[in-house]
Amino acid sequence: MDYATLLQILDSTLRLATPLLLACLAGLYSERSGIFDIGLEGKMLMAAMASGAVAFLTGSVWLGLLAGIGASLVLAGIHGIASITFRGNQLIAGVALNFLSSGITVLIAQRLFAQGGRTPPLTGGARFNPITLPFVEEARGIPIIGPLYAEVISGHSILVYAALALVPISWWVLYRTRFGLRLRAVGENPAAVDTAGVSVVGLRFVAVAITGILCGLAGAYMATALQAGFGREMTAGRGYIALAALIFAKWRPVAALWACLLFGFFQALALRPDVVQSVLQVKVPVPVLDALPYVLTVIVLAGFIGKAIPPRAGGQPYVKER
Amino acid sequence: MTATTANLGTGGRQATAAPFAIELKGISKAFGAVQANKDINIAMPRGTIHGIIGENGAGKSTLMSILYGFYKADAGQILINGTVTPIPDSQSAIRAGIGMVFQHFKLVQNFTVLENVVLGAEDGPLLNRSLTTARKLLTELAREYELDVDPDALIEDLSVGHQQRVEILKALYRQADILILDEPTGVLTPDEADHLFRILKGLKDQGKTVILITHKLHEIMDATDNVSVMRRGTMVGTVKTSETSPEALAELMVGRKVLLEVEKRPAKPGALILSVENLSVKDEHRVERLKGVSFEIRAGEILGIAGVAGNGQSELLAALGGIAKATGKMVMNGIELPLRGAGANGQARRAAGIAHVPEDRQHLGLIMDFSAWENVAFGYHNAPEYQKNGLFMDNDALRADARAKIERFDVRPADCWLPAKSFSGGNQQKIVVAREIEQDPELLLIGQPTRGVDIGAIEFIHKQIIALRDQGRAILLVSVELDEIMSLSDRIAVMFDGKIMGFRDPAKTNERELGLMMAGMAATESQKGAA
Amino acid sequence: MDHLPRWADVVLVPLISLLLAAIIAALVLLSIGQSPVEAINVMVEGALGSAYGWGFTLYYTTSFIFTGLAVTVAFHAGLFNIGGEGQAQLGGLGVALACLFIPWPHWSLALIGATFAAAAFGAAWAAIPAYLQAKRGSHIVITTIMFNYIAAAFLVFMLVDVLRPESQMDPATANFPAVTQIPTLNQIPGFSLIFQKDVPANVTLFIALVMAVVVWALLWRTRLGYQIRAFGKSESAARYAGINPTKIIMIAMLISGGLAGLMSINNVMGEAGRLLGNSASGAGFIGIAVALMGRNHPIGVVLAALLFGFLFQGGAELGLWTKIPIEMRTVVQGLVILFTGALDIMVRMLLTWIFGLFRSHKLGAA
Repeated sequence: MDYATLLQILDSTLRLATPLLLACLAGLYSERSGIFDIGLEGKMLMAAMASGAVAFLTGSVWLGLLAGIGASLVLAGIHGIASITFRGNQLIAGVALNFLSSGITVLIAQRLFAQGGRTPPLTGGARFNPITLPFVEEARGIPIIGPLYAEVISGHSILVYAALALVPISWWVLYRTRFGLRLRAVGENPAAVDTAGVSVVGLRFVAVAITGILCGLAGAYMATALQAGFGREMTAGRGYIALAALIFAKWRPVAALWACLLFGFFQALALRPDVVQSVLQVKVPVPVLDALPYVLTVIVLAGFIGKAIPPRAGGQPYVKER
Repeated sequence: MTATTANLGTGGRQATAAPFAIELKGISKAFGAVQANKDINIAMPRGTIHGIIGENGAGKSTLMSILYGFYKADAGQILINGTVTPIPDSQSAIRAGIGMVFQHFKLVQNFTVLENVVLGAEDGPLLNRSLTTARKLLTELAREYELDVDPDALIEDLSVGHQQRVEILKALYRQADILILDEPTGVLTPDEADHLFRILKGLKDQGKTVILITHKLHEIMDATDNVSVMRRGTMVGTVKTSETSPEALAELMVGRKVLLEVEKRPAKPGALILSVENLSVKDEHRVERLKGVSFEIRAGEILGIAGVAGNGQSELLAALGGIAKATGKMVMNGIELPLRGAGANGQARRAAGIAHVPEDRQHLGLIMDFSAWENVAFGYHNAPEYQKNGLFMDNDALRADARAKIERFDVRPADCWLPAKSFSGGNQQKIVVAREIEQDPELLLIGQPTRGVDIGAIEFIHKQIIALRDQGRAILLVSVELDEIMSLSDRIAVMFDGKIMGFRDPAKTNERELGLMMAGMAATESQKGAA
Repeated sequence: MDHLPRWADVVLVPLISLLLAAIIAALVLLSIGQSPVEAINVMVEGALGSAYGWGFTLYYTTSFIFTGLAVTVAFHAGLFNIGGEGQAQLGGLGVALACLFIPWPHWSLALIGATFAAAAFGAAWAAIPAYLQAKRGSHIVITTIMFNYIAAAFLVFMLVDVLRPESQMDPATANFPAVTQIPTLNQIPGFSLIFQKDVPANVTLFIALVMAVVVWALLWRTRLGYQIRAFGKSESAARYAGINPTKIIMIAMLISGGLAGLMSINNVMGEAGRLLGNSASGAGFIGIAVALMGRNHPIGVVLAALLFGFLFQGGAELGLWTKIPIEMRTVVQGLVILFTGALDIMVRMLLTWIFGLFRSHKLGAA
């Protein structure tokens, strides 16, 4: 494999890791607050449809993005009402929302565009277009690093850079702010937060809302940047891979970046079975690459590579005790 | 004795017309048909330690929950420093200067001390400043009140006593003037408890008001300036501690002379049933909780294990009952039973003739969602009399059996279809006791037999235990109620810090001696005495 | 708080949940410019209006009984088995291997063999998450989700690279030998009087009904069921009683996975006659809705499976005869799970409130 091919693969790794990363960070906020969310997939899908549809109808990708975030927030709100207000089963709520959005996205897209549940292709200002970073041409001459900068780092849409920026931001929020301290506390021991005079319900709703916003970004990226429009089931299990990445990263933001890049790398490799074969000298079936993120996550869950300990109060509705 | 509050002392400080730090007027609170608090009136002068004493279920905790904004009172007023202060939530309580140290600490286990202290009382949206201020304040508080804790230690690495200090620090960091402590010594070693009371005295001297909720009379006598007694939801009296006696308080608390002397004939110990050697148990953090305990129990005798909660008694029961892994040796009727691995489980223990009434009936002894008749088979579901056709359980036989036991043990309501959770604590306990005693075990392990049980049921359960002994069975009784241990046991072993401090004959010992042993102090003395 | 009478809890709560789901579904239809009344007419006509329609409805019902029972058994052990889909796909592989590589003399023997293969493969696929939960404390919900995806990838590999005949383009096995074709309802004497056209519902329906009875007897009439339910309600109490947690988790999940695997006799052997990609087509997930709707009781599961069978067949008819996309049924499925599984406390509060009104009204009158 030559350097150019490697750069191509790394480039698509970054492209494919972005929705995983956004969804993974989304899940991080919710789960750190003690609300398990297996509905990342549904929120992404809903956001993809809403952003694709609105971007097409208005011609503005930014309005599309807002619509995507809005749609995802609606689902997040339902998740919050079910699991925080009514103390329902968080996992079942997530499953329900995934089905709901799987169906309803097609219904709405079909009603609006009658193209078999897809939006028409997006063009021009209805998409997030690649941004060329400064000094690309000047840097290209530098060996190794130059092409890396030009081919891999530069030339992505704004959402890719936003996702990358969200990693240090999330770390800072989580570990350096009052909100982060409370968020981590409420996922570990809500009674401690409650007796300290801080609203458990309020904190958790804020966390779930952040999850909604970030899933909105992830979905919008799918429909308006990674691809040119919405297609049925276009998230194709990415919400679950993001969940896997979150566990793999043990609910930490920086580790989440590495986990998503790794899983994105597998996805990029799955697109280039020829390269895999030439490097490993054996034919690796594509399904093996598809399954790798899940297998790795199971291994981590089983505690063979460190122990993934979820937030202690995760999954349990908070009931005040005497 | 008077129930008025006007003439209360102020702990040595001059405060003629100063308003009370906290004053409750006509507080009432009902949960459904249960009146938890009825027209409660108290006034606590500033700079005093005020004890609130009462039995389980007397309404102490409800009252404190109202003070801390967990419950809203149905009627009544709370006055802080003379002004009416509604407390709809914890936030308002904190703002009013009330700090609370719960029985079960409200700490985030994987946070540092510092993080726990600032949580909810941060200086602003960024953490660093809060942490710096808190660190400074913590050093000052540590100096002032003997409250030293490493600010950077994780809570999960701290001892229980230190965790409690963190709770006090939390309250002080929030500038609490009124500090409520709910049963603070239940989980403490005697040393830690002494230290706690020194801290509380220090706080009092600085003008803070401390409310101490407890059911231990000696703590009230030692530490408080005034004491209020609660009984079945009402405040039956408030007095100066210096003007009362433990006997008078006990009488107020219970309302009538308690019949603690259980009628029983002298024991006739027979054959050796259980012998335990060097039994040790580690908890999930690999900390040794039971440290090489050895004893024997004979047929027809009750061995009572006295001790403050958390000194290894629960682990002892769990190890003998086959719930926890242990090391050492356990011999039952001459046969050694495995303490870990495949053969160490509740089924094997039952097969060996050991019945077990666990300390925690709601989490161990019963399936709360199962009906009474299903619970009557719990643990004995493999018994041949409950099976039919080799394949199925004989539910008719189960129900007939349950009805018989319900009748014999006077479980109310006498409805075997009701789920266990619908019965009162006493009746739940009767179901468990009926199930275990009616197995006619060779050895009965029984933990806290009367915890949360009403007076009538207590007497009944005590009689059943004695009757089983008189049938020549061996009984291991674990209880934190010293009265219960003293009146039921034929021999008493006192546990402290995972070890047995010594054995005593109930006829030849007294509460004072046992209390000292439970505090871990008499160990060397008694060993000297033995030598 | 007032408690609901038992009958209200058992009957009214699921019915109200269903009603709420139906109301939202109707609003969804209205919002996309379709008529709910027309939709329900088409669905009833298509799914229940003819023996032919019933033949499809019962075919789906059969699969959903299996997956619903699978979720139910795990639920009673306190385990949320979300991996029915993967277990069903593996069950399909078992059926395919049994049908393709063993020369069966008669369909009845093939059915027995395939039944064992389906259950064994489904159970095996549930065994790993079960073991990891029991021994290493890995959250079974997450591991079973992961195993759904691993199963999907594994089946793609098996169908594309291993079992696909070389001459064939689509990822599927060869057709099973004709002898393994089990009778459909229209081929069974007696039933053939009702079902005159060729329908997919087949003898597997009876296996499903038998399994419902077996599961009921297992859970409420055997020692094992007693222990499973006790463990599911309180793990600490189960330990006290000497119930072995590892054993219960393993057995409950093996039964659950086996039941999920069994659904493949219906679709793979009974209908398709070969193993196709994505063979379970979501039935594993529908089992969650069926179990929740059926309150985790076999009778409820059978009724709920029938409801979802109707919904599935009716939904397909919608796709054929109206402008309502077939995905409408996924929406309803999601709504049913939401109201019965996640908002059940809300529904119960609502009912308690209504009962309270009713009671105070009666008191006022008296």
